[in-house]
Amino acid sequence: MNGRGGRTIKVDTLARVEGEGALYIKMAGDRVADVKLKVYEPPRMFEAFLRGRHFSEAPDITARICGICPIAYQMSAVHAIERALDVKIDPAVRLLRRLFYCGEWIESHALHVYMLHAPDFLGYADVIEMAQDHRAIVEKALRLKKIGNHLVQVLGGREIHPISAAVGGFHKTPAQAQLHDLVSDLEWALEASLETVRWAATLQFPKFEQEYEFVALRHPEEYPLNEGRLVSNHGLDIDASEYEDRFLEVHVKHSNALQSILRGKGSYLVGPLARFNLNFDRLPEVARKVATEAGLKPPVKNPFKSIVVRAVELVFACAEALRIIAVYEPPSAPRVPVANRAATGQAITEAPRGILYHRYSIDENGLIRTAKIVPPTSQNQKRIEDDLREYAAQLAAWPLEEATWKCEQAVRCYDPCISCATHFLKVVIERE
Amino acid sequence: MLAAERLLARGIHAEICLGEASELMEIWAGVDDVVVIDAVVTGAETGAVHVWDAGSPLAHATVSGSTHGFGPGEAVELSRALGTLPLRLRIYGIEGKRFELGSEPSPAVRKAIEEVVGRIASLRG
Repeated sequence: MNGRGGRTIKVDTLARVEGEGALYIKMAGDRVADVKLKVYEPPRMFEAFLRGRHFSEAPDITARICGICPIAYQMSAVHAIERALDVKIDPAVRLLRRLFYCGEWIESHALHVYMLHAPDFLGYADVIEMAQDHRAIVEKALRLKKIGNHLVQVLGGREIHPISAAVGGFHKTPAQAQLHDLVSDLEWALEASLETVRWAATLQFPKFEQEYEFVALRHPEEYPLNEGRLVSNHGLDIDASEYEDRFLEVHVKHSNALQSILRGKGSYLVGPLARFNLNFDRLPEVARKVATEAGLKPPVKNPFKSIVVRAVELVFACAEALRIIAVYEPPSAPRVPVANRAATGQAITEAPRGILYHRYSIDENGLIRTAKIVPPTSQNQKRIEDDLREYAAQLAAWPLEEATWKCEQAVRCYDPCISCATHFLKVVIERE
Repeated sequence: MLAAERLLARGIHAEICLGEASELMEIWAGVDDVVVIDAVVTGAETGAVHVWDAGSPLAHATVSGSTHGFGPGEAVELSRALGTLPLRLRIYGIEGKRFELGSEPSPAVRKAIEEVVGRIASLRG
């Protein structure tokens, strides 16, 4: 609905994002009067499903929250429960969990970089249209995704909703030979990832930078996946057990997904940009080198450059997977026994899209009394709205149809997983 | 999955796949005649059987849905764009209603599965 001097940008169904969401922007002249990222995917009630279930079921139940990042849910679940019950896992299991997560990062990042985000930069409506002109790129993406999927399948028993993750370890661990069979594919994937960074660096990026509070895990030695303290570029440095003291979930009328804010501060950004900016020195040399070649130097503040950063994380995941396979020796047992007792535990791990927080309170019989799950996309929702408020203002003079398309593209920079956010594009821009 | 098991019991080759596009494309690569069976929701009566022939572009098969939506429709259209679509590919969609974790297929869906398996068996001669 347009009136004199104002307009509305409306996308009824956001395309190429996971789940169902819409975007509404109201313009008053050059000013953005209102921005709403509307998540209308129905609430999925997983925190309620977990109540009354034994803690051993948490990995299998939470994996169903998402088909593209089930391992993130499984890892946050097992780590939170193990912290609650003071479980010490075998060092080999720790390595396998990192390897498991590498598989998910490879398939998720490959999917997003090439099949969801690249069409925006190359001027195509979707990857199918793009495939007709860029066959080699799409074939590379499919092969990268397949390699990530295969790694997940070897460790987790299957590619989607893996079944092997368990509190205390895994139900089954692979033999060395099974992992060595993956090496040649991963070596190809590493080279393909390096090419991906170099290719992504040639794309044209809108001039748009924001001052973010980046939030990510930081580990004393490694690029973070399963462990670390939660830090930010504005002085945050906490253990996972302090998360709810510093972060707050709020319900807004226009969204079925809760939004997260830093108490007393407001929005913040999680995900690849946050990890890269806070942990550049923890990347392996091959990833740091190609990032520098690509002109990436922390802090990266342009959300559109997330495609290049994701490509650098693809390099990291492939390199880390090869490193782990080279040193892996099977554990003496796939998992340690875990006894029931009343306890509460929290954990944060780095899903492909950013930090994923879990908390479980368990009773003396091992049954979950309460669960809290805060996905990365929930945490980025307010930041997405804040960014769009600034970005849409830059597009005030653009024709409405093009401005709408640009705003929808901007949302895709964050690789939102709306199904996760509602355990969570229709873009409406109103001009008046 | 149930349909695949019934086909295998009749000696007809079948592969069970969770429906992710790249996996589907890998399974049917180099195969001339493919039948895909999947649960669908179109609003039709539970147990209704739909058939789509991939000889023509599939309606609503674009990747405008979620990353979970990189399923059979997207696999077909991506294969077509890459020139790897089987010579003949049909999709049998069985209308479902209950998809909750742990729920069993209804009698109508079971009947539809048998119907589809019977049709495929008769195609094989």
